[in-house]
Amino acid sequence: MKKETWKELTLGTINLNAGNSVQNLTGTWRSGKKPQFIEDKCIQCFFCWLYCPHHAIEVQGEEVKGIKYDYCTGCGMCSEVCPPKEKAIVMVKEEIKLAERSSK
Amino acid sequence: MSTLKTLNGNQSVAEAARQIDPDVVAAYPITPSTSIVETIAKFKADGLITGEFVCPESEHSAMSLCIGAASGGGRVMTATGSQGLALMWEMLYIAAGLRLPIVAGIVNRSLSAPINIHGDHSDTMGARDSGWIQIYSENCQEAYDNFIQAFRIAEHLDVRTPALVGLDGFIISHSLEGIQVEDDEKIKKFAGEYKPVYPMLDTDQKKTVGPIDFTDYYFEHKRNQIEGIENAPKVIEEVGKEFGKEFGREYGFFEEYRTDDAEVCIVVMSSAAGTCKDAVDELRNQGKKVGLLKPRVFRPFPHRKIAEVLKRMKAVAVLDRSSSPGAFGAPLFTEIRSALYDYPERPKIVNYVYGLGGRDIKGEHFKEVASKLERIAKTGKVEEIYGYINLRE
Repeated sequence: MKKETWKELTLGTINLNAGNSVQNLTGTWRSGKKPQFIEDKCIQCFFCWLYCPHHAIEVQGEEVKGIKYDYCTGCGMCSEVCPPKEKAIVMVKEEIKLAERSSK
Repeated sequence: MSTLKTLNGNQSVAEAARQIDPDVVAAYPITPSTSIVETIAKFKADGLITGEFVCPESEHSAMSLCIGAASGGGRVMTATGSQGLALMWEMLYIAAGLRLPIVAGIVNRSLSAPINIHGDHSDTMGARDSGWIQIYSENCQEAYDNFIQAFRIAEHLDVRTPALVGLDGFIISHSLEGIQVEDDEKIKKFAGEYKPVYPMLDTDQKKTVGPIDFTDYYFEHKRNQIEGIENAPKVIEEVGKEFGKEFGREYGFFEEYRTDDAEVCIVVMSSAAGTCKDAVDELRNQGKKVGLLKPRVFRPFPHRKIAEVLKRMKAVAVLDRSSSPGAFGAPLFTEIRSALYDYPERPKIVNYVYGLGGRDIKGEHFKEVASKLERIAKTGKVEEIYGYINLRE
């Protein structure tokens, strides 16, 4: 994405492209671990959705369906707040493929 | 027709505020600026202004409120001084960064410790890198005139930068003077209608105000902000000329007093310049070639214009009503000395700090400075580059 020069910027740091944070793939920050969603353990409490700092919980219809890895930073919050004894979200190892991510 | 009224400095600023009637006035009272806010509150209670008047819980909140109101699209002002301005600190930078043309009447007062309520320039000089335009006033009339012009300067589309107008605590803020108050209609016309750029209250246009910038954009946004204040000199000049045409009192970046054939020159801002004029007159009567340069605009600093006047002097004394501990001289001095650097022919230059915490500076002190300058001009030698006036040694 081409970045503007200082002369091209909107006055007063105003961003007229509101909502453009979707372009910021915070999933590229993830390093080492990622959450894994186990659907049949999920009680649909939505705690993960509520606590996720990057809105990275995939919801379809009215059900939690998984993780949006483009935005998941791997912070582990979802897994931490997941209430069942056998958690529906567990953190698993992830091999980092920097080259693949930066190409996005 | 303009009317001669007996007003003190604070009432003069409040009178200008009444005539311009900003959409929002948000301010917290602090000595010696309180009566600006108090008078505006009375105007509001008496139904003489239509704008909102808000008194939040602190100056930090007052400036935050100004930023919110200005982002919303309003013409906004505040007044404060000293610790109040210091408490606004982080918000001053935000107002400037967001390019919101807020106007502030600052009644210059010393900073604690030790606590002191009297006038010096420590407060605004401390804010000199906050990105605000700074205009200083010698007397009540200038406070009134500058405050009106500040709106036009700050709001100009090439500038869109907040501006503060300084007046010396007590010496100006609480001294009664006869001042020419112009007609309400004429001032309203001069100030014009304020047109906000990207107001938040325009909900048809989606926008984010104050987004986070990391290493990829912060630098460009700061450079963009600098351009605003760098565009200000042209506007300051135009507005000062237009004000003169309309009301008979023209303003520039500084005032020269008997500098034409002067060999030595004193540089001093604000109320002390009035005293200095009397001293210069007395010295001129004795045949001494002494002049005065009174800076009005400190930010943006008119470095080239000031240097063009001072370069032909033999010796110059810059008098600062604030100190910059550990620096090579006080703020006004470092600016002027730096401005003269590029001129092969330049005067000897010295710096005196005076009047901290409201300490008097009298005619005799200016005469002392002038005689020191004459000695420097004669010998070409500077024995003491940095000194203090009227201090018990």
